Amino acid sequence: MSVSFSFSAIVGQDEMKLAILIVAIDPTIGGVLVFGDRGTGKSTAVRALAALLPKMRSVVGCRYGCDPAAKSGQCEQCVALKGQPGAGKAKIKSHLVPVPVVDLPLGATEDRVVGALDLERALSQGVKAFEPGLLARANRGFLYIDEVNLLEDHLVDLLIDVAASGENVVEREGLSVRHPARFVLVGSGNPEEGELRPQLLDRFGLSVEVKTPKDLASRVEVVRRRDAFEHDPDAFTEKWKKEDERTRRRIVAGRVRLNQVNISDAARERAAQLCMALGTDGLRGDLTLIRAARALAALEGDLEVTDAHLRRVAAPALRHRLRRNPLDDAGSSVRVDRAVVELMGA
Amino acid sequence: MTPDAATVAALLAVDAAGLGGVALRSPPGAERDEWLSLLKQLLPLNAPLRRIPLHINDTALLGGLDLGATLHAGKPIAQQGVLAQSDGGVVVLAMAERLSLGTAARLTAVLDTHEVAIERDSLTVRRPARLGMVALDEGVADDEKLPAALLDRLAFHMVFEGRMHRDAAQDNVTWQAEEVLKARALLPQVVASDETLQALCAAASALGIDSLRAPLLALRVARAAAALSGQTEVCQEHVAVAARLVLAPRATRLPTPPPGEETQGDDSQGQDTQEQDKQDQPKPPKSEESPPDTAASDSSDTSDDTLLDNEPTDVDAGSSLAESVIQAARAAIPAGLLAALKLGEAVRSRAQAAGRSGAAQKSQTRGRPLGARRSEPRAGARLNVIETLRAAAPWQKLRQQESAMRMAPSQQAMPGQVQPSHRIHVRREDFHITRFKQTGQTTTLFVVDASGSSALNRLAEAKGAVELLLADCYVRRDRVAVLAFRGKTAELLLPPTRSLARAKRSLAGLPGGGGTPLASAIDAARELADQISRRGETPIIVLLTDGRGNIARDGTSGRAQANEDALAAARQMRMDGISCLLMDTSPQPQPAAQMLAREMGAAYVPLPYAGAQMLSQVVRAAIAPNQR
Repeated sequence: MSVSFSFSAIVGQDEMKLAILIVAIDPTIGGVLVFGDRGTGKSTAVRALAALLPKMRSVVGCRYGCDPAAKSGQCEQCVALKGQPGAGKAKIKSHLVPVPVVDLPLGATEDRVVGALDLERALSQGVKAFEPGLLARANRGFLYIDEVNLLEDHLVDLLIDVAASGENVVEREGLSVRHPARFVLVGSGNPEEGELRPQLLDRFGLSVEVKTPKDLASRVEVVRRRDAFEHDPDAFTEKWKKEDERTRRRIVAGRVRLNQVNISDAARERAAQLCMALGTDGLRGDLTLIRAARALAALEGDLEVTDAHLRRVAAPALRHRLRRNPLDDAGSSVRVDRAVVELMGA
Repeated sequence: MTPDAATVAALLAVDAAGLGGVALRSPPGAERDEWLSLLKQLLPLNAPLRRIPLHINDTALLGGLDLGATLHAGKPIAQQGVLAQSDGGVVVLAMAERLSLGTAARLTAVLDTHEVAIERDSLTVRRPARLGMVALDEGVADDEKLPAALLDRLAFHMVFEGRMHRDAAQDNVTWQAEEVLKARALLPQVVASDETLQALCAAASALGIDSLRAPLLALRVARAAAALSGQTEVCQEHVAVAARLVLAPRATRLPTPPPGEETQGDDSQGQDTQEQDKQDQPKPPKSEESPPDTAASDSSDTSDDTLLDNEPTDVDAGSSLAESVIQAARAAIPAGLLAALKLGEAVRSRAQAAGRSGAAQKSQTRGRPLGARRSEPRAGARLNVIETLRAAAPWQKLRQQESAMRMAPSQQAMPGQVQPSHRIHVRREDFHITRFKQTGQTTTLFVVDASGSSALNRLAEAKGAVELLLADCYVRRDRVAVLAFRGKTAELLLPPTRSLARAKRSLAGLPGGGGTPLASAIDAARELADQISRRGETPIIVLLTDGRGNIARDGTSGRAQANEDALAAARQMRMDGISCLLMDTSPQPQPAAQMLAREMGAAYVPLPYAGAQMLSQVVRAAIAPNQR
């Protein structure tokens, strides 16, 4: 694949970058939705992710990229491999692979998304074999859908289903396969081209609104960097390599720290109060808010979730879960901010 | 052909993939054909120039499984789509103004990544597709436009008026294929200074262009222009070309003029043919100096004069930029004559913002065919036999083997049975159903103020408009409903109907007089609109009132409370994203009604003395965009 734009070289769009880093640290938060104006680097940021993420360890030969150290959630093959008599942990060969960032192109057909019978082998050898699809490839990584609001409804349903269960079940041609498919769903789109169905909206842990930078200086900088990148991608990547490396280290350190971060009852209470004040439906908001705050604390090197963390992740974690209020025509972000200020002070 | 059009063709031929392409708004005709043939001449000999029909399917566009070849060869053979086949060339999109958002998104993905990614029919293929696009926009009305996402990625937006310019201009601007070829070779070496970059960004901001793709594309155009003139450095002249061709057509506002620069631009630009425009609009020429001005130096105001004297090319470019900007600005000027048009625009953009631009719905039973998808033919869905057989075809060998094995024992028992190899094995997972696209039905809901404050002749006008529209609706199969409010409540005079006779009858019996329960009326309208949209139809509310409510929601009278309630109800209406239109029926346009329209997100039309005919025209213009 061609070289992609460096993540660190993206000008501004701090909220989007932060949200992406947060889910990179804690994938259980459940995906990022990036909605916003045209030409603001939505796709660029996600596509840059592949080069940024630290490599992961996976079982050699496993088509789903299973984690050799995982206690659960491995594919049948890997489980069988582990269960073999005499096969200790050391016996399973593993290697480092890049974290998959899989692009789901528009116009993808269902058989390629979920996986289907291997056509080649069926035709040439008359053998039934399962050919994993995009969901298998995205296991333990990211599944990126550009223009998510234009995706076919039946594919959306399918993705929701798999994203929720973390497992892909294929029943085709008398073939019955289930394999792990835990991935972070990243969607981007332009709200002017159609809204997302609320069911899918809710599946995204964080939602980010991106806007075109208005000040001239950063606009110039965006164009300048983009131009430099197009002129000489390799030199450009080289130039930003260090910065990317630094971000990568932050992610690695954050992941390690994630389990050490303490969430006090006071912080949990704060999160619950905030959700109550905003009247979010269900408990997914609370959960996401806490998790995102914890990931943020881990990213920043703090060992305790504080109001400051909650404050920063409140908008991305909650803004897409609000009900529309007829008497308040302010945007969702403004409402979240207002609630935060009311609760924690300015 | 204008010199600019020829230049666009040449620039596109130089760097098609980098520049994205051209949005060419033009009626079909000789001028367009001529331009396309010029483009073909200028493109390198072997560069493909393919045409993409409007309703192209994914297999043809992106590629897929070549079933015939696959079955023949006994292994999957991929079939290339038009996009992959056009790598290194240009594709022409026919009737692009009617392009569906989905197809547009596939095209923009290719423009962004320069490759076609296929995950289809058990194929995973990536093919390079470095290409430019010429989107032929044959739209006439203002609301017929290319999808914005596509438009944003195409460097040039050109308009041909359909008149041929058979004059001297045609001869002096011919570009030769050799020049283009040389420029293509030169392009990688062309450098643009940082000032150029800053100037283009500044110009884009000054013209109110939000997207950052615009300055980026302008920069590439400037580069291509430099390469075309055989230079390796982008200079003023090329920046001017880029500003004129890329930025000017995208301008959303006139740049605010820097202070202290009043008239200096005018004298040097008088030679242009646009004198009339200048007299009408004294501002643009001077304001136009701002982008080139920043281009030369972002420091002082005084350098402008020298800049003007030294660089005549720049002034030229500035003036044509100004001219385009004037036009863009004029289109935005609210004028009484443009009321109908403007209304259509307002309603459309609102509808889009609310995510309802695609009022068309997918249906399984009727409408225009929209391809097939894997599903079982139940609940009235129609089986797509061809697609089903296509899906089943590759697996036949495997299935026959299987069934032969299964049948083997039983075959001995019944020797007379048909051999399994003579059958096509179709299984459940092969079933494909046809999907249809059904254009959503529109129901226009007239909410008529029949209170005492609304003069009685207004009522007559509204009645006339509804009747006129009804006649129209017979043609379009739309429906109308009438809600009248007076006294304390709103009353549904006419539930959604197509019956002209019933509509006439119920309107004839509409009496006037009494209070104005505006809030209740809006609430009732919203409820009805909600019902309508739940039925899968698109509601449009036309509210005819003077905006002077005096009965509150709870039925008590009092102007203050009534107003408060009406505004709250209006806000709720906007939340629901219903397209509305407010016609102010008071003798003079009222601030009250204007405010109500704003809160409602409605298009506001003051109607001092409208006849029924005009009312109907306005409504028709508002509805038109929703018909697609």
